[in-house]
Amino acid sequence: MPLPAFTLPPLFARIGPHLPQLPPTLALVGGLNLALDRILPRDHLDALTGKKLMLRVLDAGMSLRFTLGERGFRPLLDTGRPDLCISATTRDYLALALREEDPDTLFFNRRLVMEGDTDLGLLVKNTLDAVDWSALRLPLPGLAPR
Amino acid sequence: MPAAPELVCPAGSLPALKTAIDHGADCVYLGFKDATNARNFSGLNFDEKSLHEGVAYAHRHGRKVLLALNTYPQTDNWPSWTRAVDRAAEAGMDAIILADPGLMAYARRTHPTLRLHLSVQGSATTHEAINFYHEHFGISRAVLPRVLSLAQVAQVIAQTPVEIEVFGFGGLCVMVEGRCALSAYATGESPNCQGACSPGKHVRWEQTPKGMETRLNGVLIDRFEAHERAGYPTLCKGRFEVNGASYYAIEEPTSLNTLELLPELARVGVKAIKIEGRQRSPAYVAQVTQVWRAALDQLARNPEGFRVDARWMSELNKVSEGQSHTLGAYHRPWK
Ligand code: SF4
Repeated sequence: MPLPAFTLPPLFARIGPHLPQLPPTLALVGGLNLALDRILPRDHLDALTGKKLMLRVLDAGMSLRFTLGERGFRPLLDTGRPDLCISATTRDYLALALREEDPDTLFFNRRLVMEGDTDLGLLVKNTLDAVDWSALRLPLPGLAPR
Repeated sequence: MPAAPELVCPAGSLPALKTAIDHGADCVYLGFKDATNARNFSGLNFDEKSLHEGVAYAHRHGRKVLLALNTYPQTDNWPSWTRAVDRAAEAGMDAIILADPGLMAYARRTHPTLRLHLSVQGSATTHEAINFYHEHFGISRAVLPRVLSLAQVAQVIAQTPVEIEVFGFGGLCVMVEGRCALSAYATGESPNCQGACSPGKHVRWEQTPKGMETRLNGVLIDRFEAHERAGYPTLCKGRFEVNGASYYAIEEPTSLNTLELLPELARVGVKAIKIEGRQRSPAYVAQVTQVWRAALDQLARNPEGFRVDARWMSELNKVSEGQSHTLGAYHRPWK
């Protein structure tokens, strides 16, 4: 069933910025690191190394800042201007992850905003599109039978 | 009534290819991760591993895979293009889509059994041009530029042994296919040589108090108010100030959609319908392929009773660039 249209109640956007951003950022980079090298080929993402990345979840009032380092993705405490900033609502991020929505369609509709280095943005978008989720069914390294 | 045309769908990645096949594409076209194709964007396209997996997947389902090799090599990079021809042949691809005559000669000589298609970038709009490529390089199919009316498409088909493929859906250019210099003018990089119109490294979007601004190599090409639909950052679809008024001075952003012409296209003998959009995601490929498959199946079942389903149109409008769709040049009274 397709994801229904929703935005979080305005309260979230109001209090979101005052909450610590680190826990959700840790969850995000944790997820990305699980995927890295297994379904997200590291060499394709080399251009992101050392770049300041920011995901803004508009209706949750959250700004998740992170970067790609030698040992994978990690949160960034730096509050300077990011090299790439992507903004959308919770619902649209979910729809993108589920491949229900096309990022260009959301962009035409002004529901997805990309600021900063557009080439990095295209790299992120196209690399995520190229992820073959069926490969995730392979056992996780830690859970592999010994 | 000739057989319903083949459905040729775009794939910028392996998941997009699989999605196209799962939703009923007869052929999928794709490019390599370099300037040998006209959608050379970061992170897009196929490497050796995804190519082999993609070809195997398509062939397992009885579908075809075509390689877009539709840019023009220069003297200093010629070997990368011939290498791409060889890779296509080695991978068992079903045809390559070419624009450069030198490369066609190479392909014909080196891989005599490899099927050649003439790309839209070759800009061949007459039967003489198409027959020339057929006689000299043995092309089996030509993709027509989006500049001909339906009557002209029919005339071309009547006078050539070459199969004709036309665009059915997707973004539109300003009708100088393969000859546009706008991107090169602003950025020094063109779709014909570097494989990308308005490459990402020259594009900046910025939210400003006046709206979202798009700049191409520093040049302001558009500004969108909060609820206006945005478009791709190409010069042809920018809004410019001309004599004090600012508007789409070159072209309105709009998408081609020929669903309602489908019975006519089939009747005049069009062999294949191409869907634009290798830069789009698997979600787009699924949405568009599904609709066109349903339409082509309905046409095959009942050519006389073919009706465009309103739901097909609304699905397609959702994913389109621009506020509107058009029949493009296919439908125009003047010639
Ligand atoms: S500037 Fe417009 S017409 Fe020219 S190649 Fe780019 S999209 Fe096509």
